Amino acid sequence: MMSRINEDQVKYVANLARLSFTDQEIKTFTTQLDDIIGFAEQLNELDTQGIEPTTHVLDMYNVMREDVVEPSLPREEALKNAPVQEDGQVKVPLIMEAD
Amino acid sequence: MSNFETVIGLEVHVELKTKTKAFCGCANQFGSEPNTNTCPICLGHPGVLPILNHEAVDYAIKAALALNCEISRETKFDRKNYFYPDNPKAYQISQFDQPIGRNGYIEIEIDGEKKRIGVHRLHLEEDAGKLNHLEDGSGSLVDFNRVGTPLIEIVSEADMRDPKEAYAYLEKLKAIMQYIDVSDVKMEEGSLRCDANISIRPYGQTTFGTKTELKNLNSFTFVEKGLAYEERRQERVLLSGGEVVQETRRYNDATKTTTVMRGKEGSDDYRYFPEPDIIKLKIDQEWIDRIQAEIPELPDARQKRYVEELGLPEYDAMVLTQTKTMSDFFQAAVAEGADAKLVSNWLMGDVSAYLNSKYMTIDQVPMKAKDLAKLVKLIEKGTISSKIAKKVFKDLIEKGGDPEEIVKAKGLVQISDEGALRDMLAPILEANKQSMIDYKNGKDRALGFLVGQVMKQTHGKANPKMVNKIILDEVNKL
Amino acid sequence: MPLFEEGLVSLSQKLHNKEIKASDLVDEAFTRIHEVDGDVQAFLTLNEEAARSEAKALDENGTADNEILSGMPIGLKDNMVTKGLKTTCSSHILENYDPLYNATVVEKVNAQKAITIGKLNMDEFAMGSSTETSFFAKTKNPWDLQRVPGGSSGGSAAAVAAGEVLFALGTDTGGSIRQPSAFCGVVGMKPTYGRVSRYGLVAFASSLDQAGPITRTVEDNAYLLETIAGLDRHDSTSADVAVPHYAAALTGDIKGLRVAVPKEYLGEGIDESVKANIRAAIKQLESLGAVVDEVSLPHSKYAVPAYYIIASSEASANLARFDGVRYGVRAETNDLIEMYKKSRSEGFGDEVKRRIMLGTFALSSGYYDAYYKKAQQVRTLIKQDFEKVFKDHDIIVGPTTPTTAFKIGENIDDPLTMYANDLLTIPVNLAGIPAISLPCGLANGLPVGLQMIGRPFGEETLYRAAHAYEQTAGFTLTPAKGAMSK
Repeated sequence: MMSRINEDQVKYVANLARLSFTDQEIKTFTTQLDDIIGFAEQLNELDTQGIEPTTHVLDMYNVMREDVVEPSLPREEALKNAPVQEDGQVKVPLIMEAD
Repeated sequence: MSNFETVIGLEVHVELKTKTKAFCGCANQFGSEPNTNTCPICLGHPGVLPILNHEAVDYAIKAALALNCEISRETKFDRKNYFYPDNPKAYQISQFDQPIGRNGYIEIEIDGEKKRIGVHRLHLEEDAGKLNHLEDGSGSLVDFNRVGTPLIEIVSEADMRDPKEAYAYLEKLKAIMQYIDVSDVKMEEGSLRCDANISIRPYGQTTFGTKTELKNLNSFTFVEKGLAYEERRQERVLLSGGEVVQETRRYNDATKTTTVMRGKEGSDDYRYFPEPDIIKLKIDQEWIDRIQAEIPELPDARQKRYVEELGLPEYDAMVLTQTKTMSDFFQAAVAEGADAKLVSNWLMGDVSAYLNSKYMTIDQVPMKAKDLAKLVKLIEKGTISSKIAKKVFKDLIEKGGDPEEIVKAKGLVQISDEGALRDMLAPILEANKQSMIDYKNGKDRALGFLVGQVMKQTHGKANPKMVNKIILDEVNKL
Repeated sequence: MPLFEEGLVSLSQKLHNKEIKASDLVDEAFTRIHEVDGDVQAFLTLNEEAARSEAKALDENGTADNEILSGMPIGLKDNMVTKGLKTTCSSHILENYDPLYNATVVEKVNAQKAITIGKLNMDEFAMGSSTETSFFAKTKNPWDLQRVPGGSSGGSAAAVAAGEVLFALGTDTGGSIRQPSAFCGVVGMKPTYGRVSRYGLVAFASSLDQAGPITRTVEDNAYLLETIAGLDRHDSTSADVAVPHYAAALTGDIKGLRVAVPKEYLGEGIDESVKANIRAAIKQLESLGAVVDEVSLPHSKYAVPAYYIIASSEASANLARFDGVRYGVRAETNDLIEMYKKSRSEGFGDEVKRRIMLGTFALSSGYYDAYYKKAQQVRTLIKQDFEKVFKDHDIIVGPTTPTTAFKIGENIDDPLTMYANDLLTIPVNLAGIPAISLPCGLANGLPVGLQMIGRPFGEETLYRAAHAYEQTAGFTLTPAKGAMSK
């Protein structure tokens, strides 16, 4: 059977999702995703032309809040789960800005 | 003269000055200590949900209307997915295919020529946090205070043909945002940011050339300079038989050049999809009318009115309406009964010179509009001379106060009483008899000398018209 | 007799009259946990110290009339954030996560002074149908320790079935309350989308997720839903619809109730033993005066593929925030991209990665229309199927699951077979409507779940029908004592 998704696509998607896989995992995922996508292609049996997609099941609109300030967190609380911090900020590996 | 036509489009982000962020109740405030305006929602903690700020939507609609956009009657939010440390949820809540506003325009004026620049779309989204790169290279620090600040992104059509037009577009856009009071539009604080797309093509060609995108444009001047550099660079590339590469370039003001920026890896596939956590918006006519009613007279309309109703020259009207603060000041002074052209002269002359030298805006000085109006009226009435007025002005703009009081306190009132003046002039003219004779003999310059002598000795307080008249009388008596 | 078998109303009354103490209820919970949880492994985190002191305070101060849940031991699925009580979603990536706030459902049960006994195991990020994808433990079915409790709210259903708590809260994205309730022989309600606030539920698929109660009885379920339901200003998708006093609907009278039985729900792929129980239950409803019709939900078979596209797409975005920057596990490296990739690859299990990959693919450039948009259109068709049936029927009845609880390890390496387990529950989430699963006897010694599906905000009708059935079905389900060690 012709495959719907190849290893390069899986690698591309993995990079978008910021996941890394071993070569073996890429092979396994390619097979599994191919199966799942093949399964999903049953949907093509249905003619959905002109059918509105459902993004919200509820027929509601305009739910908003008033522009009123609410207390923010104390900084220690806001950062308490941060794996690495410095000077009241979260530290991450250096981001290389192009120059 | 170049053989190429330049095509420029601008993408401008404007931070809205709502009290709170777009999707949570944290204060929307510039300059706070890092990470003190955050909560689980803007920090993107597990389980949180965004709640849309009504005011942010109102401001976006207001901006769209002020830019002559059509308002989408039904709109929604979408998730724009990308990983970056300043983007806590790893998606930005934005609007993809149903922006709040579309198909608007901004009118610009260059050397008296008017031109409409199309506004392709205007949408509402949230801002990201701020990254501070450590000098020692050990990493970057993230401040999440700015995350979630409501932003409008305004995308122009590729209608500009010269970097100067880009500059004018930005000036006008900034003015409009100020007039409708939805943003501080301070580039230095990042509340207005601009990216520019530029391509060139041989004159006559209808398709666009390959464009480059310019970033790191920290002032309107940088936008103009960066575009001008890029214009020349692309031309050199094409003339040498090369091809322009589609890329993002950064403007460096130290070298006045643009250089290639390394792209964020795989960041161009944003996987937009409708944000399931926010309910769709229906914007009905009533809502639009309510916002429309809040929009004040905009710069173009004011400019027109200044010319037609107040009789100002086009140029004065354009300059005065460039910022809302200046224009408001002008109107307030005129409303006090001062002559429009005289007020304009003061504002465009001494006042602007002072403000520029101090890097201030008109709302930051102690002088109030009614005070300047009074000063102008004192001149009109002849209470003080223009020369004296300049002295009063110096005090007025630095310390404020009632010009009349200043004039009195300093004893600067103009002497217009003929009898008193004749008494004062008699000894001066007597001492300069030769000049009187010279004038009578046709040496016109002698009159100026005489008037100057009188002014000097009366410390400028003598009414110059009256002085002229008395001197002529006395000359005739010779 | 264990206190928990008495039910909420009786216990609440006794507590109010000081015939029992809240400490007795909390004691029973922890005693039972110490006896059986070594086998069942329903709990990830216990809240013993706080629970005992809350009980003590209640015993000293007494309970208020309007707080029926007061003093009642409750278990919370570990995807509901609890301030001061770690919340892991059964994932390594959140192993030490200390939440900054309480989920709205948690606030609501706290306001009624229910006592949180601990946090319950689940499939990692609620992705799974067996609780086997948990990073921390494999929860066992109290009816047969070789079998799964179902999932993803497997810990919640098992804890209630094993008598470790009076009741529990779960979440349901594609069947995650109803399927484990069916497998463990308890009552689970997936309310209408928007009925219960999602604020503080760690999002899996935002347009499908809904929290709901898992209880021993229909009546307990009605009270617990009444407590957690309602409009919440923290959730734009919560509905502004008044919350009824559901228990008032438990009249026992279902005469004239129009019941639809979709032929697709008793067709291919459904075990004969399950079908037999369901047919018997339908007869029972008929004997109570319900009018039963066979109907068709023609797009049913497309629900599973549509669901996996939609849920995975939303999940791919919802789980992107677990990036090692602000919380959670971070892999040490000097490169930012590497930090992301390592943290996430080490932090997530295979099923979660599989769904993130599927979702990312379905949304990626060039595939959006073919997969995501198509699935959302099919969702419309599925919703319309239900709307048609509800024009002339009050509820839809069928099995909750195609089979009874399967063996641990049986399906875990075969995603598609595992996904097929949810074929009867998924359409309900896609349509956003409510459904309840309640026990309808045993097949080969294992519980079978009867599913009743209602109109949007039709939970009252479901409770009325479920209660009428429960009261006359003539069996009580208590897991065989022998299944769990003393």
